[in-house]
Amino acid sequence: MSEKIQMERHNYDIVVIGAGGAGLRAAVEARVAGLRVAIICKSLFGKAHTVMAEGGVAASMGNVNENDNWQVHFRDTMRGGKFLNHYRMAELHAKEAPDRVWELEVWGALFDRTGEGKISQRNFGGHEYPRLAHVGDRTGLELIRTMQQRIIALQQQDAKDHGDAESFIKVFAEVTVTEVLKESGKVAGVYGYRRENGVEVLFEAPAVILATGGVGKTFKITSNSWEGTGDGHALALKAGGNLVDMEFLQFHPTGMVWPPSVRGILVTESVRGEGGVLTNNKGERFMFKYIPDVFKDKYADNEAEADRWYLDQDNNRRPPELLPRDEVARAINSEVKAGRGSEHGGVFLDVSKRLTAEVIKKRLPSMWHQFYELAGVDITKEAMEVGPTCHYVMGGVEVDPDTAAAVGVPGLFAAGEVAGGMHGSNRLGGNSLSDLLVFGRRAGAGAASYVKQSQPVKVSESAIKNATERIASPFKRTGGENPYSLHQELQEITHNLVGIIRTKTELADAINKIADIRKRIENVTVSGDRLFNPGFHLSFDLDNMLLVAESTAKSAIVREESRGGHTRDDFPVMDTKWRQINNISSFNGKEVVVKQQGLPPMPNELFELFDIHELEKYMSKEETARGGVKL
Amino acid sequence: MSKKINLRIWRGDVNSGKLEDVVVEANEGEVVLDVIHRVQATQMGDLAVRWNCKAGKCGSCSMEINGKPRLACMTQVANFNEDETITITPLRAFPVIKDLVTDVSFNYKKAMEIEAFSPPADLKPGQARMQQIDVERSQEFRKCIECFLCQDTCHVIRDHEENKKSFAGPRFFIRIAELDMHPLDMLKNRKKKAQEEHGLGMCNITKCCTEVCPEHIKITDNAIIPMKERVVDVKYDPVRWLGSKIRKREGIV
Repeated sequence: MSEKIQMERHNYDIVVIGAGGAGLRAAVEARVAGLRVAIICKSLFGKAHTVMAEGGVAASMGNVNENDNWQVHFRDTMRGGKFLNHYRMAELHAKEAPDRVWELEVWGALFDRTGEGKISQRNFGGHEYPRLAHVGDRTGLELIRTMQQRIIALQQQDAKDHGDAESFIKVFAEVTVTEVLKESGKVAGVYGYRRENGVEVLFEAPAVILATGGVGKTFKITSNSWEGTGDGHALALKAGGNLVDMEFLQFHPTGMVWPPSVRGILVTESVRGEGGVLTNNKGERFMFKYIPDVFKDKYADNEAEADRWYLDQDNNRRPPELLPRDEVARAINSEVKAGRGSEHGGVFLDVSKRLTAEVIKKRLPSMWHQFYELAGVDITKEAMEVGPTCHYVMGGVEVDPDTAAAVGVPGLFAAGEVAGGMHGSNRLGGNSLSDLLVFGRRAGAGAASYVKQSQPVKVSESAIKNATERIASPFKRTGGENPYSLHQELQEITHNLVGIIRTKTELADAINKIADIRKRIENVTVSGDRLFNPGFHLSFDLDNMLLVAESTAKSAIVREESRGGHTRDDFPVMDTKWRQINNISSFNGKEVVVKQQGLPPMPNELFELFDIHELEKYMSKEETARGGVKL
Repeated sequence: MSKKINLRIWRGDVNSGKLEDVVVEANEGEVVLDVIHRVQATQMGDLAVRWNCKAGKCGSCSMEINGKPRLACMTQVANFNEDETITITPLRAFPVIKDLVTDVSFNYKKAMEIEAFSPPADLKPGQARMQQIDVERSQEFRKCIECFLCQDTCHVIRDHEENKKSFAGPRFFIRIAELDMHPLDMLKNRKKKAQEEHGLGMCNITKCCTEVCPEHIKITDNAIIPMKERVVDVKYDPVRWLGSKIRKREGIV
């Protein structure tokens, strides 16, 4: 191939990396603030992982149960996260989610309706009232399509007003970003290449918003698509930012387990929200055995009451199938380990006994479709086999809650799954789509106000030279390591040693093995040329995944307790001391370093939203005696 | 329970290309995308293929399998006979970039040409009231995952590059129908524009698009035919035609 490397140059006010819900919401906000925005996505426009979200978007609109309000949503979110959430993020999220959902409707979204014609809301794990606005079980598709069409609407307006549809917002599809560039200590742009042909692209911009989603592809069994390789997490680390609490990964309790090719694909929590029950191979509805003390007053301890709840929620406690995801995932894991699992290492999830075939096909159409086409199972007649799958990372870039600005890197912002803090140690279902919208908007506004008061800096030629050398390197190496094989090795390590249940010795082993792979990626060699070459693409993704996995393993080994999405066999209970601590990862150029930092305490007005007896289950006597902070 | 299967994969770029035979292992329950990935990981590291969710929800892995437009992630290997060679080629209606990846930018251009949703100017967030039965008609079309298989199979553009300029294709006819049936959309001339600007009249309802839709959207029966009928009603009803001229009505309600 020709050694002459082509490069495109672009200038924007803001570059958004990622075109899922958070990225697109950020772009809309920045455009409305009058700025020029580039949206970069690794896939085609409209294919981001948001499309996979099924159950719904959580917002306390109170359309189905009028007792719901932001305070109840805030409490549920903090409980779900076992009080490790950044209180301010949980507060903003609960307060602003309804407006973000209603705004989608004004942009053309068509949610399912209540009898009165309002947006319908469904039950979900950990949410006290029916709270999830939904469209059957394809809510994420509705969200992304609505945002995509909102972008087009703005572009059509720009065509009328300015003569060019792409004068203010332009989508750069199928571009990989390899570097966030900094000059004089602040963000100056990003560098990357077009996946289609390897042509390099420089974007000069004073602000960059990371909206790159999750890290699922570091694990073997995951609900995530190939895009979930932790790109934003790694870019932030390399740019001098911090990651907070990367040990917390959500293993969604219900992924498909059979046949092997579909292992990990998500089975929406709505199946349980609509009345699906979990049983083991003895036919026992086992979740009643796994209700933790902190939730005993909210969950039914017998089948009769659990079944009555579907008809009368005011006078009965919720079925334990609707416990937060971490609890259900651990319970399924224990049942399988105790030999009570299904033939293929899962448990049974059955909704056919509670709902008619017609209702199932209407409320869970894509689940019906997915099982029928991929597993040959008719869920209107028989049970599904399900087991835990790596679904979501609670940890992420440390940000300022109000502006989504990344701590320590002027000009860098992060929103959505790539940002940390909002969900504490465990995210509630439905809180992801609302997170994308609330903090996507805040990141767009935060970046816009930053740009308006800062001076752009020019990207230096040496920075460009370094970036271009890095992109060329996989073709020049001769070490012979295959990127696909290294990726598989990494997935085996994380699955076996950094999975749902962790121990010190296994984590130490994982840290060594990850460091070993990190050395070997220096020898990754790819065949072919730059024209749409997946092996070449993977060599960069792999580098990101390794940094993320290192951060997760190193955070997990120091947190000597079990909480939410981090379970230590050698430290099986929650520790009030660790509830007050965030693990902060940074990168020193050679390796990830983890240190501890105090979690900001709740102000009094939020502290007092809780019953003190509930707080006593999570906090030390000193903390409850001290109460909330006076602002 | 793995077995060897024969694949014939189109490899090449805009300049040239050919079908290449490979033998690859396939396990129980696997789909065509799984075996393509195995070929990629073990034999052809630079084999180009698009995919994302691998669950039939994102519409990325569109290709032609034994000549039929399909999602590779939803096509079971077990559907083919054991001694059958599975031929995998890129979408024919779009220019190839490399191997199984095509340039689908035609569709994004067409998306830009459909006038956006226009809600009532005074619609306040949270105030909309719509009945389920009224939203369901548009919801059917909003299930579209934009795999563009309908666009690929549509003979108006599949073998007639020259028609692309004036023909939006089935994916965008359902987009227009969706907006036209949307209880809150106020733009009144969508059907007329579908006919006059987006080439609705070129469709001769052979239903090929409906047949390949992985979401089972009744593209022809529920979107294209109802729009055609309404356009025809007005166009060929002399009284309404005259009325529309005299009163200079913009649209066909």
